[in-house]
Amino acid sequence: FQPVTPVVLLIFNPMLKKRDDFEDMLEERRNSSDLRYALKCYTPVLYKGLTPCKVSELKQMVLQSDQLGYVITQVSKEKGVTSDEVTGEAAAILEEMAQRLQLSTVRFFAFTLSKVFKTLFRSICINEEGLQRLQQAIHNHPVVLLPSHRSYMDFLLMSYILYTYDLALPVIAAGMDFMGMKVVGEMLRMSGAFFIRRSFGGDKLYWAVFSEYVKIMLKNGYAPVEFFLEGTRSRTAKSLTPKLGLLNIVMDPFLKGEVFDISLVPVSISYERTLEEALYARELLGVPKPKESTSGLFKARKILSEDYGSIHVYFGQPVSVRSLAESRVNRSQFNLIPRHIPTRPSEEILSFVNDSAYRLVRAQEENMVLKPWVLLAFVLLQKQAAEEKQGTALDELTEQAVWLRDLSRQYGAFLHWPDHIPPSEVVSSSLSLHRGLVRISEGRVQLALEQGLLYPGFVILSCASYRNQALNVFIRPALLASAIHTAASNRKQEIYNSFSFLRNMFSNEFILCPGATVQDFEEACYLLVKTGTLQINQQEVLITERGHRTLAFLTSVLDPFLQGYQVVCRFLCEQDGLTEKQFIPAVRKFIIKHLLTGRLRYTEVLSSDLQKNALAALIRLGAVQKIKGNNYCFNVFPSEARNRGL
Amino acid sequence: TFKSNPKKQEIMKWNGWGYSDSKFLYNKKGQAEFTGKRYRLSGMIIPGLREWMESTFSANLQHKTPAAPILNSSAVQPPTLNEAFLKELKSTGIPFSHDAEDRVFRSHGHCLHEIFALREGKIGRVPDLVVWPNCHNDVVKIVELACKHNVCLIPYGGGTSVSSALECPPEETRSIVSLDTSQMNRILWIDEKNLTAHVEAGIVGQDLERLLNESGYCTGHEPDSMEFSSLGGWVATRASGMKKNIYGNIEDLVVHIKMVTPRGVIEKSCQGPRMSTGPDVHHFIMGSEGTLGVVTEVTMKIRPMPEYQKYGSVVFPNFEMGVACLREVARQRCAPASIRLMDNEQFKFGHALKPQVSSIFTSFLDGLKKFYITKFKGFDPNRLCVATLLFEGDREKVLQHEKQVYDIAAKFGGLAAGEDNGQRGYMLTFVIAYLRDLGMDYYVIGESFETSMPWDRVLDICRNVKARIVRECKDKGVQFPPLSTCRVTQTYDAGACVYFYFAFNYRGLSDPVHVYEQVEHAAREEILANGGSLSHHHGVGKLRKEWMRESISSVGMGMLKSVKDYVDPNNIFGNRNLL
Repeated sequence: FQPVTPVVLLIFNPMLKKRDDFEDMLEERRNSSDLRYALKCYTPVLYKGLTPCKVSELKQMVLQSDQLGYVITQVSKEKGVTSDEVTGEAAAILEEMAQRLQLSTVRFFAFTLSKVFKTLFRSICINEEGLQRLQQAIHNHPVVLLPSHRSYMDFLLMSYILYTYDLALPVIAAGMDFMGMKVVGEMLRMSGAFFIRRSFGGDKLYWAVFSEYVKIMLKNGYAPVEFFLEGTRSRTAKSLTPKLGLLNIVMDPFLKGEVFDISLVPVSISYERTLEEALYARELLGVPKPKESTSGLFKARKILSEDYGSIHVYFGQPVSVRSLAESRVNRSQFNLIPRHIPTRPSEEILSFVNDSAYRLVRAQEENMVLKPWVLLAFVLLQKQAAEEKQGTALDELTEQAVWLRDLSRQYGAFLHWPDHIPPSEVVSSSLSLHRGLVRISEGRVQLALEQGLLYPGFVILSCASYRNQALNVFIRPALLASAIHTAASNRKQEIYNSFSFLRNMFSNEFILCPGATVQDFEEACYLLVKTGTLQINQQEVLITERGHRTLAFLTSVLDPFLQGYQVVCRFLCEQDGLTEKQFIPAVRKFIIKHLLTGRLRYTEVLSSDLQKNALAALIRLGAVQKIKGNNYCFNVFPSEARNRGL
Repeated sequence: TFKSNPKKQEIMKWNGWGYSDSKFLYNKKGQAEFTGKRYRLSGMIIPGLREWMESTFSANLQHKTPAAPILNSSAVQPPTLNEAFLKELKSTGIPFSHDAEDRVFRSHGHCLHEIFALREGKIGRVPDLVVWPNCHNDVVKIVELACKHNVCLIPYGGGTSVSSALECPPEETRSIVSLDTSQMNRILWIDEKNLTAHVEAGIVGQDLERLLNESGYCTGHEPDSMEFSSLGGWVATRASGMKKNIYGNIEDLVVHIKMVTPRGVIEKSCQGPRMSTGPDVHHFIMGSEGTLGVVTEVTMKIRPMPEYQKYGSVVFPNFEMGVACLREVARQRCAPASIRLMDNEQFKFGHALKPQVSSIFTSFLDGLKKFYITKFKGFDPNRLCVATLLFEGDREKVLQHEKQVYDIAAKFGGLAAGEDNGQRGYMLTFVIAYLRDLGMDYYVIGESFETSMPWDRVLDICRNVKARIVRECKDKGVQFPPLSTCRVTQTYDAGACVYFYFAFNYRGLSDPVHVYEQVEHAAREEILANGGSLSHHHGVGKLRKEWMRESISSVGMGMLKSVKDYVDPNNIFGNRNLL
């Protein structure tokens, strides 16, 4: 690596991040008629190149497209059936998939959701400047909306906001599991959702119908296309490694010259309390996820009586695909093959889409609003792991939270800490909103851990999911702190090597773009030097007098994950191979054993998410091998794992 | 010093397009007027032009940028003469000159930066000497002398290049001699049995047609520059003519070429219509852009003059429909002699050029009001576009053909919009170049450039390139929205040729030419990225040579380079075009 250059520093400087102000959109809802609002005149700004068309015409365009025609001919030859039959099949797929956006349904939702939102949430805060930018973007180019995904609420909320602000309603890629809920599924369809099967790997025809459907809606500017880069709801509140399939599809029309540009708009939705809080913790602990069903949804009615705080929705700066691709992608590579013939994307394209996806997820992360409770979760979890049985005094908790507040701000966190209120009040009001997770007695606070093992796990994982919201702020400095901690000397090169190893190890766990190790290292160094934690000269990395507290904190951030991965390794070393299905239950049993004997301090290691990530990382690093057969077996190479320092 | 055939140079502008007596100007009443007597539009008032210019470019008649009126000879560097060459040249009796005006006149083509510099009185490297060979043998002598004395030769035909091909390479230290072919302008023979004519390469398009017409023939090769461009230039750039659908492009028209190179004369031994004798050596010559030698004589196909000509025009509701119609016409292989499709901006531009009093020039809207007002209601004036047509042949067939084309057009929502509109569209081809000079009097600079692409990319390229121009202008600090427009000018079985016009008001910019060049560069990048070609017929010159390698591959470059190395190892033909 090279020493940090001033130009690079400018990019990292979190103080340069400018963010818009928020407005509470529920305020008006509380002061005027919901019915009148639901029936208001709705005239959004549309794409300038739009040729208006009906839902049925859209389907015809897909079925008559050259792209689909080509695949239909191919499939009919391969399967030896007539192309009419294949066309019929394609039409059926399209029928199952297609949205039927209609304004009346949206109005119905607008009315109902107004009622629901007012009950559940104190406020829904939107950056209105972001919406103005979005409106401009919708007018100029086809738009793709990329919200973060933490709740089922997300996409209804998105459409609700866009309707409220008179913006074009999106069509939304939704998982097929929603279709199980008959009435709701159809309602969602009529509010713009289109349904995709969860996996259709080898099905050419399905892929062709799907990608053509999305592209046609996008190219014609029919509506903004919305999907979740993370593919599914994050149960841990950490951003998930982005899925590339849909991003690849929506970038294609630009790369092939079919549109001048496409705007990608990252949207960060932060919940002060997630509706699915309890559900997620249960799922991570291995209590299976209930199948989405309409009746299940009604059972969820009891949540209506609770206080879920506020939601912040931040519409980020639109990202032009054209600018992303400039001097990155040689578009003339598509000149020699007719564009309707499906081709596997080149390495160049794949890495471009991958990097773009990471960039977009980071853009989502950066504009996530963090509540004071997130910082409290850090402190409480650390105290719990340190086995301070009697809990933490309120003023100590406050002091630590304030210290953490200042640190996270220096690292560029988008923290909503009301500065005009005394910190002790901020802390106590946060605690009261999350009273299900904490216990306060005699001025001392601790996590509300009851007897048994699963229930504490449940509270700890819920709590961790709040802490996780801020992990992206600390991850690079934390990797550096742990690298300093583990490196044999304070030589810069050695610390870099150790940083690089840790970063590589954890790249399934956190959003760390492949190939950006040097940038991440520089970013971490920059932050820690700037905040007076480290001094770095040509050769060495030195910890300053006041840097120890910060480093200790940062090391502790990564510690649960480090220990978790170590336990998984230890578990695997004791195995002679096991199937994929056996892995989670077996490793869970192993971990419980270690927790009970006190050899493992972090209950949160029980998270199946961590266990799966650890396994994926070990497979990626070649320490564990996946053998394809009748039942997927993992062959462990313990010696190799040890060689790699695990 | 001998000054040969001064006629052409004296009737033409030294720092603008075309004839000195023909130009657009705003008269005392502030109305636009086209001067002179040479064109249909000459002497006419064009009432709509001012408003169009003011609204399109935010131009203002108060803000003038007049050109330097006369050439300041002292701004021209004294010639670097090769005395030994000069001495031997004198003994051949071939006319030559090192007069400043003669040299400057042959130092440029018509790229924007070239004309802009001349208007500002800025003169860069110019040829040191001009020679006027009178025939093939004169050229042989000159090339021999140039080789002997290591002099750089730059062939000069009509001077209408728009690829910086005529620019003297500033790094050239040798004496540069401009070889002006204008005296080699005779038709040597006409062979009516084979329908060919053998012509000296310096002949200018309009003279060639006029002389052949006297014998009842034509070549049918009509590039937009045909008033001034020469046969040799057509061959050297792979030119294309408006009526290529009937007569073919230059490569289809040429039967035999004679070229003088440093290695000697290259020509084929017979005039067979097609040969299988290895790669066609004509294709090393065509498009060589003066880097290999001088084309001196060409045998060309000729045709009897058409019995009947008819113009036409069709209005489409939008550009997409227009392109779809042209594609269908090409699919059915029934393209008229010419078919061109203007986009909406060009339609409006054409409308602005409607002269005041005329029975011939009925405006589109007048025509439409009369005939189609009801049918026309569905057309959005901000989206509609127009195709102009030219049919040629015997009367009966023309009428039949016309019906076929109009029937196809109707399937794409096209409405016939009259002969006059069509005719006016083609007339504008010749005067449009004069308009740039008017713009340059009022802070407006612009240019056209062309490309070719497969049919399925026509709409994408038109849209993306136009949008790229607008975006680049904004990014580069242009204060006013630019004019960014295009037209499809040729159709082929597998694709089309598209012309872009691009102009902007440069008030407030310190280096407008540089901005212009950056935008044009970006536009070409956009064309290439979207699957368009580097050039359809303007050629590469020096302006576009940076993209040659990616256009034809490294091996392709090597092939061309090895030909150059063999034919001209000492780079006598040192204009440095193409490679």
